[in-house]
Amino acid sequence: MRIKEHPILKFNKEKKIKFIFNGQELEGYEGDTIAAALHAQGVKVLGKSLFLHRPRGFYCAIGNCSSCLMTVNGVANVKTCVTDLEEGMVVETQEGKGVIV
Amino acid sequence: MKQAEIVVIGGGPAGLCAAMSAAKSGAGVLIIDRNKSLGGQLVKQTHMFFGSEKQYASTRGIDIPEILLKELAKYKDKVEIKTNSTAVGFYEDGVITVLEKEDKYYKVEPKAVVVATGAYEKFLSFPNNDLPGIYGAGAVQTLMNVHGVKPGNRVLMVGAGNIGLIVSYQLMQAGVKVAAILDAAPKIGGYLVHASKIRRMGVPILTSHTVKEAIGKDFLEKAVVCKVDEKFNPIPGTEITFDVDVMCISVGLTPLNELLAMRGCRMKYVPQLSGLVPVRDENYETTVENIFVAGDASGVEEASAAMVEGYLAGLCAAAKIGYKPDDFYERRKDYMNQLNNLRSGPAARHILAGLDQIRR
Repeated sequence: MRIKEHPILKFNKEKKIKFIFNGQELEGYEGDTIAAALHAQGVKVLGKSLFLHRPRGFYCAIGNCSSCLMTVNGVANVKTCVTDLEEGMVVETQEGKGVIV
Repeated sequence: MKQAEIVVIGGGPAGLCAAMSAAKSGAGVLIIDRNKSLGGQLVKQTHMFFGSEKQYASTRGIDIPEILLKELAKYKDKVEIKTNSTAVGFYEDGVITVLEKEDKYYKVEPKAVVVATGAYEKFLSFPNNDLPGIYGAGAVQTLMNVHGVKPGNRVLMVGAGNIGLIVSYQLMQAGVKVAAILDAAPKIGGYLVHASKIRRMGVPILTSHTVKEAIGKDFLEKAVVCKVDEKFNPIPGTEITFDVDVMCISVGLTPLNELLAMRGCRMKYVPQLSGLVPVRDENYETTVENIFVAGDASGVEEASAAMVEGYLAGLCAAAKIGYKPDDFYERRKDYMNQLNNLRSGPAARHILAGLDQIRR
């Protein structure tokens, strides 16, 4: 769900980036954050809550609320709303607290 | 340990203006910002600003960082910029701990500090309010206007203040349907010029309404709203269900200023300024010497006021450590007058009432 036309803004989405989300190959663009690239592909659930395992999505999108934490390239608790997407990144939904490597 | 004359924490409208003002007086400035580029939340404000020319009225928010950075570049031999850097600690010894790119820590010892860390979005309590699809209005603005991604297909906007109204309009600009705008208050909080524009586009604004519950399994599928009485209690039998996949929470901001509390500045809860704010004098110096505050971190207002507070705090911080320009009193008076003008309308009455409670 990318914005195609906008009366004010132009989005320079040129270079495609491939990444892996839960074992599945997805595409985003250079300049996307991980959360934005996932959202553009319709992925809203980024993790599960610590105790009740309720679905979690982002809330603030600017790195304040920690609702978007995921495991990225094996590192737990990455704030995906402010972390840029990179080629070949392995992104996983995080259950619980995550494991410190 | 890194030495600095003035450290400005936060490179949004307040921080950039503070840095510029201090550098103009001749002080060396270090700007620390956790984002990859400066400008704070201006980078998603596609609307034209209100206020007066001095605060870039009629300019789109997204264009202001460039103007400010160009101005700041005039003092580039005085200013050092550290992006991707978060100030994570600030204690009694006055040393700031910075985390750079999530993996490198270092310490900075400043002579004076301007904390311009902004604000964060408030939340609202209702059953299932944690479902994905329920986002801060500012978050949706970031997703759309910075990343070019639509938040969903149909949105319910909760809050008819300026942010709620402006983001609703921006959603429609991005091609997203807005089902309705709610506000628990009996009156629209934002400017009527925004509200009229939205109503003309066929979006109902339901005052005296709140969210009763959100419905959905993995993400938001429906939202149930209801009317409230004058004491904000839900009125049974007034429920309306909206088929929406996005709900935007736009119920205000609250100052983000834990660093000041950590440093030992006296804080006070002032509802009119939207939360816990530092006690300060008219120069925006807190109760800890040489620690200044500016922008939303000092109480939630508009970006225009944040910029002027930045200029004032930067000027006064520089003067405190020995960089007092010949036109100090003129500049100070000019900034204070600008703030008074910005706060002269009826919409700013609560700000003035709030400021009365925290003046040192």
